Amino acid sequence: MTAQPTLLRLATAGSVDDGKSTLVGRLLHDSKSVLADQLDAVERVSRDRGLATADLALLTDGLRAEREQGITIDVAYRYFATAERSFILADCPGHVQYTRNTVTGASTADAVVLLVDARKGVLEQTRRHLAVAALLRVPHVIVAVNKIDLVGFDGDVFTRVRDQLADVARELGLPDVRAIPVSALEGDNVVDRSSRTDWYDGPSLLEVLETLPVADDPAAEEFRFPVQVVLRPQGAARDEAQREYRGYAGQVASGVVRVGDEVTVLPSGRRTRVVGIDAPQLGGPGRELDEAFAPMSVALRLADEVDVARGDLIAAAASAPEPTRDLVATVCWLSDVPLSKRGRVLLKHTTRTTRAIVGSVDGVLDLDQVTIVGAEDLGLNDIGRIRLRTADPVVAEPYSTSRRTGAFLLIDPQSGATLAAGMVGDPLAGDSRRDDEWDI
Amino acid sequence: MSQTQTRNETARRARSGRLALDHLDALESEAVHIIREVVAEFERPVLLFSGGKDSVLMLHLAAKAFWPSPVPFPVLHVDTGHNFPEVLEYRDRTVERLGVRLEVARVQDYIDDGRLAERTDGTRNPLQTQPLLDAIADHRFDAVFGGGRRDEEKARAKERVFSLRDEFGAWDPRNQRPELWNLYNGRHRPGEHVRVFPLSNWTELDVWRYIAREAIELPPLYYAHEREVFHRDGMWLAVGPYSLPREHEAVVTKQVRYRTVGDMSCTGAVESDATHVGDVVVEVAASRLTERGATRADDRISEAAMEDRKKEGYF
Repeated sequence: MTAQPTLLRLATAGSVDDGKSTLVGRLLHDSKSVLADQLDAVERVSRDRGLATADLALLTDGLRAEREQGITIDVAYRYFATAERSFILADCPGHVQYTRNTVTGASTADAVVLLVDARKGVLEQTRRHLAVAALLRVPHVIVAVNKIDLVGFDGDVFTRVRDQLADVARELGLPDVRAIPVSALEGDNVVDRSSRTDWYDGPSLLEVLETLPVADDPAAEEFRFPVQVVLRPQGAARDEAQREYRGYAGQVASGVVRVGDEVTVLPSGRRTRVVGIDAPQLGGPGRELDEAFAPMSVALRLADEVDVARGDLIAAAASAPEPTRDLVATVCWLSDVPLSKRGRVLLKHTTRTTRAIVGSVDGVLDLDQVTIVGAEDLGLNDIGRIRLRTADPVVAEPYSTSRRTGAFLLIDPQSGATLAAGMVGDPLAGDSRRDDEWDI
Repeated sequence: MSQTQTRNETARRARSGRLALDHLDALESEAVHIIREVVAEFERPVLLFSGGKDSVLMLHLAAKAFWPSPVPFPVLHVDTGHNFPEVLEYRDRTVERLGVRLEVARVQDYIDDGRLAERTDGTRNPLQTQPLLDAIADHRFDAVFGGGRRDEEKARAKERVFSLRDEFGAWDPRNQRPELWNLYNGRHRPGEHVRVFPLSNWTELDVWRYIAREAIELPPLYYAHEREVFHRDGMWLAVGPYSLPREHEAVVTKQVRYRTVGDMSCTGAVESDATHVGDVVVEVAASRLTERGATRADDRISEAAMEDRKKEGYF
């Protein structure tokens, strides 16, 4: 249908000093995505610091404190494009205290690029990042086994690390983990294939990124449409004919809807039919569509005057989920203040925000065993399973079924701070996984 | 066709890429989603509107997002007093056409009554912060849309889509809220507000491609025209009432256009033959300089000029 390039969202992960910023800098530089004035600035600062060659990490470390300390503090977003594809890259810090940033980056990522130091192999932080990728159901993980130059381009070292990774990936149920030997510093196998790793016959990192299928395509799932805003111009309409207009605006969370489809409005359960789909438009001839699919922002018109408000979910009638007030969920705790001090929270799920009470903590994820072990509390960066009761019914589905209707935030009602990233159900449990959705 | 067949057919089309949005459609859809979220969750949003291409694009998206209703919030221009006249004319005509209320906060008023002092380097861009924060407080705006993009500048690359500002309007880059999925958290306490950047994921080239696709009108100075200019700090500055050449700076007539539109005294023009939007798309795609690197003197004040200004409440 489209000749335009598609968009792939990436997140980086890895421990401190694995060379993430250097890899990102190398990717941007060798793919000709760095402009002359940016490179001039990097060369100038590198010279001022007495370095013989440009430190490509300076391309991404933009904050004062980052440049002073030589570390990455916060997620930076970078944009680059090749003839094949456009990329949005979330460059995430590696330090343990910033795991929440890895969760942030991974929540919207189609692929995670994880750095491992060839000399160190798989570390606890590597396991943590792979667990986050598995939990958040990132469709693809690409492991850049970096600093291969520092082990003399030794193929056996790479094979050992790759086998370690395969073991962890199997434990976590990660379906698509590929390893590539790279030197971010010298550019081997980042954009161009290296002649110094003749024991590796696979593609370069950029070649992989350009050809990854966008497998976790929400358009292939059941139709779900959280209502954002009701468009009812009445007297405010500039055009007399538009005064009767009533459209339910939102972004298709998953699936496809066509004019004529039977839908159910949740939580009320009223059934009706879609009679019109309008794309965002200016005045003049309308842009009526026959169908809309995720992630399109549209407005739906319905056959009956049913009561529909922000927070409601319009779903395919044949597969409408059950609203519930009791949730079992996996959360990544993002706050310094532990969960035990936060019994009453706000839960933000799709376009609905409701009060919630944390009933109990079932356990916390042990990263060595990759199992849930008993715990009564969750602290910063802990991943655990909890039970929640909500004031209003929510139409939540397992995160393993939908990355959109299965995700929520917990928010502090006083300060407004985001306390946790939540996923309905237990995304790490093997039996809840639908194998057919994964791209192997 | 049975339900299962329909689903399988849908899955097949999705896999074959036929149901994938192209890049510009994906960006538009995301921005419209963000704009609608803000209108649904905030009491008093406002859109910063300078007549520059990014804010023009924002207003265009807002008009599309709520059709057939009018844009449900006013726009605010922080006027440095050193504007290009073509931009002011464009600004007034555009808000009139869309039926939007325009609020103006004037740096000149602050200089006239002594609340702000003119800087020795003549630039007024950093002086916009106080009038902006005062306007936000006076009107009790709780969400402020900006056209800022992460590709513009390295401090902006760190910016969230929803960026919480404290009662001083300050940005704390080391303590930002994690931003997960498309669930934007706009909760704030009285006195705080949120800056919202729906164009975060757009690049300069995306903006131009979209302007071309949607045939959006811009102030004429974005297209190549003849203008009297002089050379300073590696840029061509326009001769005008607020930017005069010094004795040794020769005035020449060049065919130029602007990549950004701001304070006349510190926004440089680039030499260009791009007289139509299609030419500009080609030119931007081939450019080896970032738009700010090429045309913004105020970002050259120090390595972290933008970060420092943003911490003080700048957009």
